[in-house]
Amino acid sequence: MSAPLLVVQNLSKNYDGLLAVDCVSINFQTMEVHAIIGPNGAGKTTLINLLSGDLLPSLGRITFKDRNLTDMPSFAISQLGIGRSYQKTNIFPDFTCWQNCWLGAQSRLSTSMRFFKSAKNYAKIHQQTEQALALCGLEKHTDNLASEISYGEQRQLEISMMLATEPELLLLDEPLGGMGTSETQKMIKLIKQLARDRTIILIEHDMDAVFALADTLTVMVNGKVLATGTPDEIRKSQDVQNAYLGTEEENK
Amino acid sequence: MTHSRPLLTLLILIIAALTIFPVFGDEFYQELVIRLMIMGIFAMSLDLLIGYTGLVSFGHAAFFGLSGYMLAIITPETEAVSIWIALPFCLLVTALAALIIGWFSVRTSGIYFIMITLAFAQMFYYYFNENQYLGGSDGIFIFFKPTIFVGDIQILNLNNPQSFYYFVLTSLIGSYLVLSVILQAPFGQVIRGILANEKRTRALGFNTQHYKLVSFVIAGTLAGFAGFLEAAAGGIISPAHLGWHESGAIMMVVILGGMGTLYGPILGAFVMGFLQDYFQEIWSAHWLLLFGMFIIFVVLFLPKGIAGLFLQTINRKGNGK
Amino acid sequence: MDFATFLIQILNGVQYGFTLFLVASGLTLIFGIMGIINLAHGAFYMVGAYLSFWLFGITESLWIAILIGLPIMIVFGYAIERLAISLLYKRDHLYQVLLSYGLILVLNEMQKILWGSDFNSVPVPDALSISIPMGNQEYPVYRLFVSLVCMVIASSMYIIISKTRLGMMIRAGATHREMTQALGINISRIFAIVFSLGAALAGFSGMIDAPLSSVYPGMGDYILIISFVVIVIGGIGSVKGAFVGAMLVGLADTFGKILLPEFSSMVIYALMALILLWRPQGLFGRPT
Repeated sequence: MSAPLLVVQNLSKNYDGLLAVDCVSINFQTMEVHAIIGPNGAGKTTLINLLSGDLLPSLGRITFKDRNLTDMPSFAISQLGIGRSYQKTNIFPDFTCWQNCWLGAQSRLSTSMRFFKSAKNYAKIHQQTEQALALCGLEKHTDNLASEISYGEQRQLEISMMLATEPELLLLDEPLGGMGTSETQKMIKLIKQLARDRTIILIEHDMDAVFALADTLTVMVNGKVLATGTPDEIRKSQDVQNAYLGTEEENK
Repeated sequence: MTHSRPLLTLLILIIAALTIFPVFGDEFYQELVIRLMIMGIFAMSLDLLIGYTGLVSFGHAAFFGLSGYMLAIITPETEAVSIWIALPFCLLVTALAALIIGWFSVRTSGIYFIMITLAFAQMFYYYFNENQYLGGSDGIFIFFKPTIFVGDIQILNLNNPQSFYYFVLTSLIGSYLVLSVILQAPFGQVIRGILANEKRTRALGFNTQHYKLVSFVIAGTLAGFAGFLEAAAGGIISPAHLGWHESGAIMMVVILGGMGTLYGPILGAFVMGFLQDYFQEIWSAHWLLLFGMFIIFVVLFLPKGIAGLFLQTINRKGNGK
Repeated sequence: MDFATFLIQILNGVQYGFTLFLVASGLTLIFGIMGIINLAHGAFYMVGAYLSFWLFGITESLWIAILIGLPIMIVFGYAIERLAISLLYKRDHLYQVLLSYGLILVLNEMQKILWGSDFNSVPVPDALSISIPMGNQEYPVYRLFVSLVCMVIASSMYIIISKTRLGMMIRAGATHREMTQALGINISRIFAIVFSLGAALAGFSGMIDAPLSSVYPGMGDYILIISFVVIVIGGIGSVKGAFVGAMLVGLADTFGKILLPEFSSMVIYALMALILLWRPQGLFGRPT
């Protein structure tokens, strides 16, 4: 197996004595869809926040293509080609969909400390923005305010903005959260399409979707990694069934 | 920022009115309008921070006053100074001050930012207030307005009130245009992103601290330009120009006019200026009481300012069709 | 500087620090608990000073003036909270700043209308108008008395906040506002109490300070700005921070006047800048 794209070693996050992420080590391989599952409060979102630089880890190390990300701020991590979407829709509500994606695309200019040429006149950004919108099927909402489109479309915009930054590693935090059936199907199709030439780390509660999408699964409970393996291995693991899948079934 | 047609009409009307005003207005009002246009530039510079970057600076007058003092320092007692020396000097010093203060301030946010900018401005205030060489609390006179020569030819004589008027009007329009261009450019998009959602803007790959700092420096420098004009217009600069009452008043101008619009603060400056004039006329001893009550009224009942009211009217008409 | 002068300056710095603490602690609590930035807090200090001046003129006793003045301050603070501040809880800091700025203008002008623009003074009470000899200098007992009273207030504040039920609610309100509300604690009543007490503290500070500094227009503006520096240094929302900040500022200001007379009024701002360079959230503030 080739060297992993992203390596997480002994990563911990301490919130006032509460260990939200507790000594986690995971290898993420290039071009795979790696899902992280686990009950609420397992520390999945905290893990993503550590990977994206929104939070700084208390201990441990994160390496992306031999570069140490551990204490890097979020903007620098984004510049390395790691994009993320948020669990709680985190868009610019007063911007149009176009402007939302535009800002993402613009971040790939060598610098945005440009004061005179109108932002509209940068052809490359134009193209990137259009692509990102098209990928998520938002072309028809180009000029609509982000606050005025439907919830499902806002979720798509969330992804679209990230895609505009042309990342090679995507961190998706519950992309299906709160979506209806048809929207879910659309999103799954989109993620599949994205997975063709990108690496994806995915947090998701919808188990059908997870098993349909993931090449590798990591199960987290109470901030710790319980198991990592292929979907089949995870399905068969007794530990996982006891700790997680079992309770999920009961809930249904 | 795309200008809708009613807005464009309004702007053209304002410019036209200001252009022909000196032909009709008497000298007193011409003087007043000069000061209000300067206040408009000052207010626009603060709008860049409050209304576009989301940085509520409560010490913006520091740059306004500092630049005025610089003009006083560089103007000799017996002759006028060339604007080609004075203006770059004033702006450079102000930009440097904004860089230093901004470097400390943009590391903080929210209420810390408000208080820190205030505290830094007060530091300048006390420095000038106690500096006897610069006239202490009385301030210092600037006996000559800068000259504008190219070679041996005088382009504009600022001592002529009408020339000065048009010089300030051009500065006002120029500042508006420059800010509009900056706001359309990539830089402007980023600071709007910071205003709307800083965390997300960072996550998209922008080092927001740097953009906030640059915005702070641009705003500070433009405030310095306004201060330069103010000092030249009044012929005096005093610590009051950079005290926190001045910072509060200019913030009020921005809110009254409507933040995040650029033209709003210009309108705000005019409404505020004429109101102050009016309050002083009807109760000169305690006009600040009326002014204070007016501020409270605006905060409670007109939070989006005059521009907000204007936009609401346009939209209502637009929807009615 | 000989030892007696040094000691006197220490005492002066501490006493100034205590005065600042009374004003700053209210300001920091009001922000920490209510999320309100209240510029008019300095005006409460001014109102307190003028109340003591006015009531002293009638009763000829500072003690009675304070006794009558305190409840007036509480009612005054309560009225301001209900009539103005409470309308702004959910609004941006920007509007809070502006409204309280308007409030300052109104209060300052009201003061001028009621009491004019002169500098006034309130005499030190007879029983305390003596001095202790120190080396070849003297130190007024009243200053010691003020420090002592402030110390008592500071410690009772500490006990109230750390030991009583009200203190518990205050602490909870500051850190977990939604949670506190969910537990059924009437948050708006706590706000009103905190605001009135904060106003009373600032007012009280103005009253006992009146014999030391004169009573003059705009005195609230000065103390407000210094209090801002204090709570920025200490960390906004932290009473402990306000205490440490007040002492630091009190001492820095006092010694700055002697050691760097030309830059005395800039010393505390430089101190603030240095501390922020090291800890942007202040000494006891939580990182944002």
